[in-house]
Amino acid sequence: MSEYKKPTSTTEFEKNFKIKKPLMNQTEAFYESSRCLYCYDAPCVQACPTGIDIPLFIKQINTQNLTGSARTIFESNWLGNACGKICPTGVLCEGACVYNHQDVPPIQIGRLQNFATTHVIKNDIKLFKPGADNGKKIAIIGSGPASIACACELRVMGFAVDIYEAKAKPSGLTVYGIAAYKITNDEVVDEVAYLEKQMQLNFILNTPITTKEQLDKIENDYDAVFLGVGIGPTASLNLEGEEKDNVVGAVEFIEEVRMKQHTLAVPPKVVVIGGGNTAMDAASQAARLGADEVTLAYRRSKDRMGAYGFEYDLAISAGVDSLFEAQPVAIVGNGKATGVKFIKTKSVDGKLEYIDGSEFTVDCDLVIKATGQAKMASFLNLIDGLELDSRKRIVVNKENYQTKNPKYFAGGDAVNGGAEVVNAAYEGKVAANGIAVFLKV
Amino acid sequence: MDLSIDFAGIKSPNPFWLASAPPTNSGYQVMKAFDAGWGGAVWKTLGVPVINVSSRYGSINYRNTRMAGFNNIELITDRPLADNLREIEEVKKYFPNHAVIASLMVETKEEWIQIIKDVENAGADGIELNFGCPHGMCERGMGSAVGQEPAVLKTIVEWVMEAANIPVITKLTPNISHIVDPGLAAVQGGTDALSLINTIKSIVGIDLETYAPYPVVDGKGTNGGYCGPAVKPIAMEMIKELAQHPEIKNTPISGIGGVETWRDVVEFILLGAGSVQVCTAAMHYGFGIVREMEAGLKQFMREKGYETIYDFKGKALPNITEWKHLNLKHKVVAEIDETKCVGCDLCYIACDDGAHQAIRIPEGIGNRIPEIIDENCVGCNLCSLVCPVEECITMVKRDDGTQHVTWNEKTIAGEVPTSFDDDRAGGKGHFVPTVQDALKHRK
Ligand SMILES: Cc1cc2nc3c(=O)[nH]c(=O)nc-3n(C[C@H](O)[C@H](O)[C@H](O)COP(=O)(O)OP(=O)(O)OC[C@H]3O[C@@H](n4cnc5c(N)ncnc54)[C@H](O)[C@@H]3O)c2cc1C
Ligand SMILES: Cc1cc2nc3c(=O)[nH]c(=O)nc-3n(C[C@H](O)[C@H](O)[C@H](O)COP(=O)(O)O)c2cc1C
Ligand code: SF4
Ligand code: SF4
Ligand code: SF4
Repeated sequence: MSEYKKPTSTTEFEKNFKIKKPLMNQTEAFYESSRCLYCYDAPCVQACPTGIDIPLFIKQINTQNLTGSARTIFESNWLGNACGKICPTGVLCEGACVYNHQDVPPIQIGRLQNFATTHVIKNDIKLFKPGADNGKKIAIIGSGPASIACACELRVMGFAVDIYEAKAKPSGLTVYGIAAYKITNDEVVDEVAYLEKQMQLNFILNTPITTKEQLDKIENDYDAVFLGVGIGPTASLNLEGEEKDNVVGAVEFIEEVRMKQHTLAVPPKVVVIGGGNTAMDAASQAARLGADEVTLAYRRSKDRMGAYGFEYDLAISAGVDSLFEAQPVAIVGNGKATGVKFIKTKSVDGKLEYIDGSEFTVDCDLVIKATGQAKMASFLNLIDGLELDSRKRIVVNKENYQTKNPKYFAGGDAVNGGAEVVNAAYEGKVAANGIAVFLKV
Repeated sequence: MDLSIDFAGIKSPNPFWLASAPPTNSGYQVMKAFDAGWGGAVWKTLGVPVINVSSRYGSINYRNTRMAGFNNIELITDRPLADNLREIEEVKKYFPNHAVIASLMVETKEEWIQIIKDVENAGADGIELNFGCPHGMCERGMGSAVGQEPAVLKTIVEWVMEAANIPVITKLTPNISHIVDPGLAAVQGGTDALSLINTIKSIVGIDLETYAPYPVVDGKGTNGGYCGPAVKPIAMEMIKELAQHPEIKNTPISGIGGVETWRDVVEFILLGAGSVQVCTAAMHYGFGIVREMEAGLKQFMREKGYETIYDFKGKALPNITEWKHLNLKHKVVAEIDETKCVGCDLCYIACDDGAHQAIRIPEGIGNRIPEIIDENCVGCNLCSLVCPVEECITMVKRDDGTQHVTWNEKTIAGEVPTSFDDDRAGGKGHFVPTVQDALKHRK
């Protein structure tokens, strides 16, 4: 049974979606930064996909060089503020902190990071500027974290950059996909606006690139192209009854949560299908929107779930019930879904088997499918020479993120199949440097 | 922005130098340091090589802060001169624009002349005379034994100046009551520059099992030399003494003692240092510590609009004066921000027991937020120093800035207290509780 009351105002929404990693105050930042040991070849740095010099930025906080600290962070990671909030730090930097070996809480690296980055964003302290025009033009498709990182890095090197985005807002899943208790819309927008202003990023919004003609023109007009298109909408389950109105994809549901906040009505009973982080986020957010009963259904056992333990715990603590070893077989209901029919499963030598005659139905008024995202294969197939692997990920050279079509570079979810913002930020940056080498600037 | 310096003719890409100590013991370390971003290194003191003891360091851990103060009983280099010279030459080949300064300590004039020639031939950019080591070497008439005898020091500086063709820095010991005496002697002897401080004679602790001081060497110990963050205030004061002295102030000063962060570097430069030297911080955290110093120094310069360190070198000196010139009419009073106060009441007890009974805790059960009694507050700062909350207690200026009277002016005007019960005493009539109030709690 969920413990949250349906929020009816922004204030109530913010209460239910209370930010998990709130901003530190100066005292806390000072104490916490004093604890850092300044480890040599620090494990936390090794665990950060963007390799931020963590002990350095923490020491800079400790010596009240907040601006310098933010510079250290952004020099490695253009999405330094978002990452501090939304990175799964427990399995990355903070998980690697040496204090864990002493059974002492690790340094709160993410929150310290935000302490520094918020300082420069809030006070609009400019740290970077575009390099002198090098005469080359780059097109970027998509405006998610991979693209923003790539664009900033390219601008520093003096490239002209145009970013084509299908949606009305830049930032990709950072603004449309991340759970609302990790980062607020304003925080995402402020960081991007902060970068946009300094780097003079040219976002061309509401402009999906979908046709061969558009691509031909882009290839003609630009010296290189970066693909930061992410992955697509929620994939189909091929389930009977899936087409019903109150059956939605998790990514789409979360996008609605972020955009509509408390005005999004969630019915009393919700079933979420899936066992990954997206399923946890969707279930948790449905509960926080006041659904009475949220059931998280996963076809295998708990230990086989793809989600991080802390994400599962978060969903459970929001009042979500879990149902393991239950495979959905149909969505039932007359016109509207009124329940999901499951069959119990068991694992035999690693293979999933159904238990005959174990079918049962869970009643619900909303079904959320969190069963992976469809890939952008049809769009990507329009690009000559681009190679996709068996899981429809764009094949790149990991040194420079160049695709098999040398004019195209790519990074982020479209390449890694769906990882974290921090991976996208890293890959976009490496690709930008790959572009510079490729174009010999 | 340009961080490079010209220190008494020694050129260096930045003002960050390693002090003569274990981090500069070998060519390997100095190369690694230059690669990490240090601009210069003062080689571990060369001379007739010594034999060191095992168990060499001790430290003061303040609460959970390790090595707030650091202590050693090491001597000068224990490696043969020829090895050191060869490595100096190699380092200079790889890093021709970085500063390699040879620290030297020998006894006789002949030895000084010989070793100076040797290090010059090896390509050293400068020489530092170690008149500072306060343990071991001084028992043999060198190190601080020289630094404590201005006349002897001057003679040796004169020998060196006669022989040397490269800039000479004289490194001073702080183990002396008046730093100007050896400083002036070195300048009169002709030194090109000064550096300070070397370590301070110290005992950092007694082992409660063996009753011997740390570091314990087979049941015995000896006084060591103290350094690290704890000695920084002493170093800063001594640098200031020299930098303000009319006959010394034109001699470049390399500041040493407790430098660990960019703030320390900026403060040393503001006091007139033309380069800084670091030992303990590099021993604690490795050469990488220089990145924080460099990034911070640059950020500071960017914010203030400085192009080189010479734009702000010595800028604090005019503001450091004698007590008698301070404005007696300046008045600050503590103010507590109750929205920040956490109710620890450390300020209350500090003021009541250790200052001027100017804080009260309003009556009422559970009330822990203290109040300042304005008329009792003398503006000593104590409460604001003990308060654990950032910017919770601030010292607020209360005078209108129109009045200015100093002790000096008052003395000239004949207005200072002269007798024991003089009515002009500053504390005359100031509130103090009655003696019996102290026992009120006994009932
Ligand atoms: C539900 C959910 C929760 C998540 N939670 C976290 C989290 O807590 N922490 C974390 O670090 N990561 C999280 N992630 C992952 C993270 O959001 C992604 O890894 C990251 O956003 C990938 O960045 P990207 O730039 O590759 O793509 P995206 O962020 O997906 O951005 C792609 C952009 O390209 C645009 N686009 C696509 N095709 C076209 C086209 N043809 N023309 C024009 N524009 C186009 C899209 O509109 C979109 O704006 C989560 C993901 C999901 C789905
Ligand atoms: C282990 C150790 C050995 C030292 N050896 C020398 C030396 O050989 N010659 C010298 O001039 N100073 C020597 N010093 C003093 C340092 O150069 C420096 O003056 C002092 O440590 C203060 O700086 P710090 O606070 O940065 O450590 C030594 C210091 C330490 C800790
Ligand atoms: S591992 Fe922990 S203690 Fe060590 S540098 Fe990183 S944050 Fe600091
Ligand atoms: S620091 Fe190195 S030399 Fe010193 S005691 Fe430890 S291992 Fe031995
Ligand atoms: S010391 Fe600071 S926090 Fe503690 S009671 Fe006084 S004002 Fe409050």
